[in-house]
Amino acid sequence: MEGVQNIVMIVISAALVNNFVLSRFLGICPFLGMSKKIETAIGMSAAVTFVMALASVFTWIVQKLLLQPLWLVKFGVAADKVPDLMYLQTIAFILVIAALVQFVEMLIQKTNPSLYSALGVYLPLITTNCAVLGVVLINMQSEFTLVESLFNGVGAALGFSIALILFAGVRERLDDADIPKPFKGFPIALISAGLLSIAFMAFQGLAG
Amino acid sequence: MLNNILAAAGVIGALGLIFGVLLALASKFFAVEVNPLIGQVREALPGANCGACGYPGCDGFAKAVAEGSAQINGCPVCTSEQVENLGKIMGVETEGVEPLVAVVRCQGTIENASLKYVYEGITNCAAASQLADGYKACKYACLGLGNCAKVCPVDAITIVDNVAQIDRDKCIACGKCAAECPRGIIGLVPVSAATIIKCRATAKGAEVRNACKVGCIGCGICAKVCPMGAIEMVNDLPVIDYDKCTNCGICAEKCPRECISYDETKRRMAVIDEEKCVGCTMCKKACSYDAIEGELKQKHKVDPEKCVGCEACVSKCPVDAITMQPNEKK
Repeated sequence: MEGVQNIVMIVISAALVNNFVLSRFLGICPFLGMSKKIETAIGMSAAVTFVMALASVFTWIVQKLLLQPLWLVKFGVAADKVPDLMYLQTIAFILVIAALVQFVEMLIQKTNPSLYSALGVYLPLITTNCAVLGVVLINMQSEFTLVESLFNGVGAALGFSIALILFAGVRERLDDADIPKPFKGFPIALISAGLLSIAFMAFQGLAG
Repeated sequence: MLNNILAAAGVIGALGLIFGVLLALASKFFAVEVNPLIGQVREALPGANCGACGYPGCDGFAKAVAEGSAQINGCPVCTSEQVENLGKIMGVETEGVEPLVAVVRCQGTIENASLKYVYEGITNCAAASQLADGYKACKYACLGLGNCAKVCPVDAITIVDNVAQIDRDKCIACGKCAAECPRGIIGLVPVSAATIIKCRATAKGAEVRNACKVGCIGCGICAKVCPMGAIEMVNDLPVIDYDKCTNCGICAEKCPRECISYDETKRRMAVIDEEKCVGCTMCKKACSYDAIEGELKQKHKVDPEKCVGCEACVSKCPVDAITMQPNEKK
């Protein structure tokens, strides 16, 4: 029961309290780039969710299996002789994420061509998306277990999706609104994003 | 030390290898069959990704071309060679597919066209056009409120003296202005065309005369003087067949209303290379305008005053001595 509670806490914390876009300010590029239409925002959210969940699992495995192979101790290797490859963490994780994104891209192109063309250039951009790299690095920092990592990834993606879809809704309304000329287009989008971020600050109270 | 390097190289190498193999398998397994033409067309494009064609980058344009929804000459960056290549890929005849340019068929500036009333409504040609056929006395005239300039994706249109003007260097011949103009006075002509009818008024001569200093009264003189028979009168307006027009400029010269514009730098004439000429008189016989002088066995000469640049002599010359060159003497 305590395990379930722990996982719920992780998901809520990742999705709302420490929302990736609006509190940690990670993944701003797709947040601004893909939020013109709710439809594409949903598609992007689905792709990011998929990649984040998979990346959390795979990077956890890579971390425990290769970068910090503490399992070697069981096979008679002295604890201080276990190689420490933590300095390879960033490059190894990017490799994992890039491969996953490639895979997701192929999968979407095969199964949903219209979503594929709607996502366009932003799908490959998930490769270098700091939100995805952020999730997996936070997983390792917090020393989560495999299951916790997975749910942290899903929670983070959920938070990203909430922020993106909410913001897409705001921007769809902004399109029709009577906005002063100097604020038209991107400036008003940035201002709205700031307001949305302030609104999400309210969730800080949840953690306290 | 060495162990560390080997371990790092080994780990990253192994990861890369595993992912590489998996992705290779996945690409086989999830391969999507795409039209191979798209790839070929994409490679033949310049790859500037400028979007001037109206499609999202070169990939989008290549797809549209391969599917047949875009013309092969739709890319303004392509050189004629590249367009020819595209034609080969698509199996489309490219000869005669000349780049176009938009022209405004009205010279009704404030100076030339008389005003009916002072318009103070919203800045929109379509709206102004609704109000008693516009504020200019001629109901065919350009209203100069810039609907065309607004839709132009490359900012090629400016309004000068209440008439739209098109910057030929910027124009990509997308045709948006022509579709937008409520008066239908913007048309597309081949880039090489030097002679352009600058009026769309189909009204009676007297009516046009009263409304505008440079309006076409439908006299038909241009059609009569055209040595190539390239001008036909349709609805009291001349229409130039640019396949026949040789850019001689005679119509613009003879027009009593000065409503045909002519670019003199495009006037061409036949020039005979005296070193090659053998004096066979073949060109003289081929010339319908008496523009070639010279007796048998003597060097021939072209009279720039008479030559209209029809090129009829060029193919007749047995020694290829005739070339077309800019005609500056006329």
